[in-house]
Amino acid sequence: MLLLITLFLPLVFAAVTYLAGDRLAKISAFTGSLLTLIGTVMLAQPLLSGSTNAITFATQWITNPNIQFALQVDGLGWVMLLLATLLTPLIILSSFNKVIDNARSFYALVLLMQFGMMGVFVSADAFLYYIFWELALIPIYFIALLWGENSDKAFRNRAVFKFFVYTLAGSLFMLIGFIYIYQLAGSFHISQLYGIPLTDVEQSFLFWAFFIAFAIKIPVFPFHTWQPETYKEAPAVGTMLLSGIMLKMGIYSLLRWLLPVLPHGVLLWTPLIIVLAVVGVLYGSLIAFRQDHLKRLLAYSSFAHVGLITAGIFTITAEGFQGAVVQMFAHGVNVVGLFMAAEIIFQRTGTHSIAQLGGIRSVAPWFATAFMIVVLASVALPTTNAFIGEFLLLYSVYKYNTWLAVVSGLTIVFGAVYMLRMYQYSMLGETNENTQVFEDLKWNEKAVFTAIIILIFALGIQPSFITDIVQPSLEKILNYSIR
Amino acid sequence: MKTLLYTSLLGIACMLAEMLNLRRLITPLASVGLLVIAVLALTQWDSNEIAHNNMLIADNFSLAFSALILVAASFIIALSGHFYKNEQNKISDYTAITVFVAAGAVAMVSFGNLAMFLLGLEVLSVSLYVLAGGKRKQIKSGEAAMKYFLMGSFASGMLLFGIALIYGETASFDLQVIASHIESYQPSVLTNAGVALILVALLFKVSAAPFHFWAPDVYEGAPTLTTALMATISKVAAFAAFYRLFSACFIPVYPVFAWVFTVVAILTLVIGNLSALQQDSFKRMLAFSGISHAGYMLLAILSLYGKTDNALFFYAFAYTFASIAAFSIAIVVSENTGSEKIEAFNGLGKSKPMMAAALTIAMLSMAGIPPLAGFFAKYFMFSEAIKNGHLLLTLVAVIASVVSVYYYFKVIVAMYTTSSEGKHIFQLKPVYATVLLVSVALTIAAGLFPSVLANLF
Repeated sequence: MLLLITLFLPLVFAAVTYLAGDRLAKISAFTGSLLTLIGTVMLAQPLLSGSTNAITFATQWITNPNIQFALQVDGLGWVMLLLATLLTPLIILSSFNKVIDNARSFYALVLLMQFGMMGVFVSADAFLYYIFWELALIPIYFIALLWGENSDKAFRNRAVFKFFVYTLAGSLFMLIGFIYIYQLAGSFHISQLYGIPLTDVEQSFLFWAFFIAFAIKIPVFPFHTWQPETYKEAPAVGTMLLSGIMLKMGIYSLLRWLLPVLPHGVLLWTPLIIVLAVVGVLYGSLIAFRQDHLKRLLAYSSFAHVGLITAGIFTITAEGFQGAVVQMFAHGVNVVGLFMAAEIIFQRTGTHSIAQLGGIRSVAPWFATAFMIVVLASVALPTTNAFIGEFLLLYSVYKYNTWLAVVSGLTIVFGAVYMLRMYQYSMLGETNENTQVFEDLKWNEKAVFTAIIILIFALGIQPSFITDIVQPSLEKILNYSIR
Repeated sequence: MKTLLYTSLLGIACMLAEMLNLRRLITPLASVGLLVIAVLALTQWDSNEIAHNNMLIADNFSLAFSALILVAASFIIALSGHFYKNEQNKISDYTAITVFVAAGAVAMVSFGNLAMFLLGLEVLSVSLYVLAGGKRKQIKSGEAAMKYFLMGSFASGMLLFGIALIYGETASFDLQVIASHIESYQPSVLTNAGVALILVALLFKVSAAPFHFWAPDVYEGAPTLTTALMATISKVAAFAAFYRLFSACFIPVYPVFAWVFTVVAILTLVIGNLSALQQDSFKRMLAFSGISHAGYMLLAILSLYGKTDNALFFYAFAYTFASIAAFSIAIVVSENTGSEKIEAFNGLGKSKPMMAAALTIAMLSMAGIPPLAGFFAKYFMFSEAIKNGHLLLTLVAVIASVVSVYYYFKVIVAMYTTSSEGKHIFQLKPVYATVLLVSVALTIAAGLFPSVLANLF
């Protein structure tokens, strides 16, 4: 019951927020997302007390075809749920000092998107999962289309539309894949799909039907071309939602819906996918190196990070899975911090160009410190949250193939270089006319950064909090994946 | 089989009302009357009544489609009072003819005899020819009527010829007799030729490629309300008749024509979607999108030996109400701005947020975005097609459906990202608001609770 309430809270508050009017919208949205977070935390009780059973809820939705409104929260699902419900209030809070026109629609859409994303993480029925998957897409399309800030409209329309069509195209193939499996299984429920007997040829084709959908969302090289432009065009809140939570839907789906369902198909294509993922790591880092646009740089660096996560998952090892989950969480937190910093810089200076910045540290020390910590976390400094995840991922890739590990290891060094260089050019040195007057952090920004920094260190020092809770669910997935 | 009788009587009543000086009551009367008849039709559920020597069969299939058609007709008539406000002296004619369209459509979905089928089709078509020319002073309307009439007559001729050939082979118009004859004998050349001719006529009626050329011009030229009528009732009735005829009689000859269906479905999907991409007129865009929807519905005909009637009904339902919502907004907007281009919708999101939201939902449903009715409609189609082994065709349909997002979103983008420059100053008539609200509500409800409609037959 608590699960149902928690899941539907954002939907209810989306309506409340819309009705509350523009002035109260952000408060209502923030309250809603906080309540959802509380619900999620309360949900963890049986999981924390050592129970390995998932929290489930199921009722028949459609009898023919056999579709259930089936929800399930196991360790993995809960961690993802926590990520979504933890980041949404932070993201909403980060926009508090901004004047947003038609705020009630904006915040209602944000909550609607949260509802969709949470649904993806808790669905235990493939069809329901698919509906939530698509449901999350519509709000972000409108958020990016209507509240995007910079550059000309025609370009934005194109970029956002490209994102939409790309994602939709991918997911329709996934739908076909699900329909095909349904004809054999007679049910969409996840328990019927795990271990379903399919010939190797079928698995090999179905693999692509699913993988393309997830690869576009994550994104995996070469399905990433929508990403940098969309991140750049979307408003800060949209970019944070996309990079912080939404792309995790793809990675989560690899673990939940691809590997255990089609183990032979996965095995067949693993070498190719790992190489693609590592190419993505390399490619993303190299391009990030050359970026002057702050948001594009962060987009490419994020692309490189998720490439490593994908590679780790496709090694199909316990370390790879663990590392992927830890890193998903860490990346979500860090990337929200990074895009928040980019947004603060843009709000104060009106530019995203790194070349036009400099010297901000001397006028805004609080901001500089917070930004520094987030940058260091994102380059996986030990004791920060990304370190343990990246370590586990590299280790799993190393076990799979030494050379691939060397390449991805090197790119992490690259990552440190371009991130620190970005920091140096934008924050250190002399101030110029853009950065002379740079207001330091406002209260809401301080609150968000505080929360992020706490999360960075808490998970950096005590990653076992996540690894313990996801352990049983990952083991189960691993067992199905290595048949 | 009282549905047909009542509908026809209602049409006559509309004409009589004019004589009795009850002009103002005509549209409300007809609109409510049709709804009542729809409810009466549904009360006969599961009765499987057979009337007039097998002429009409009121099985659940025909009742469901009759109800859908009558409700759609009721909505369209409700809109017509305002739509024809400058021609109030002819309102009885318009309304009566629209009711006769519905009567023809009802006959087309409940026939048990080829003669009845032809009668229904002709009543529907002749009424539509007249309505297409309804705006007498506009040359485009006349052109539409003429084109539709010429092409439609050819199609009717082919149908008649086909029926004659079938009669020559089986010596009967009765579906049951024909079916048992075709089952017990090897299909002869005569049968195949007859089926081919009937097939062409039906493909023409549902505007499937390559028999679709009339549709865009006629849709654009005809008064918008008539376009709505053609896009919804005429197409739905034709598909129901298509399904009824082929599933009742022609399954044994189906293998001969399987490749025709496949080619036609692919052509319809590709041509419909690619042509819709290039339109800047909203009505033409809807015409081509209607062609592409015919392509999806053909998937049901293609897999009909797997009993796809329910999938077809669901699709017809989703398509009908999304179309009515879209057309009713198109009427209001084009009346207000004097333009039928997509640009006319510019800025609607700011000036009329509720209307824009309604149109957005209609467009999203047509594009097949969950959890709206259009998504489940497409889902059921795809799933039937895959079940019956048409995997490749399904992939084409999926790609077509991705393409379709482009033109549906063109409208959405126009509404929300551009400014209206002071257009759209009007009050939405209560009737329009009601029709819009009900259509959109049905679109959403059928998406949230698809089971209600998904297991009718």
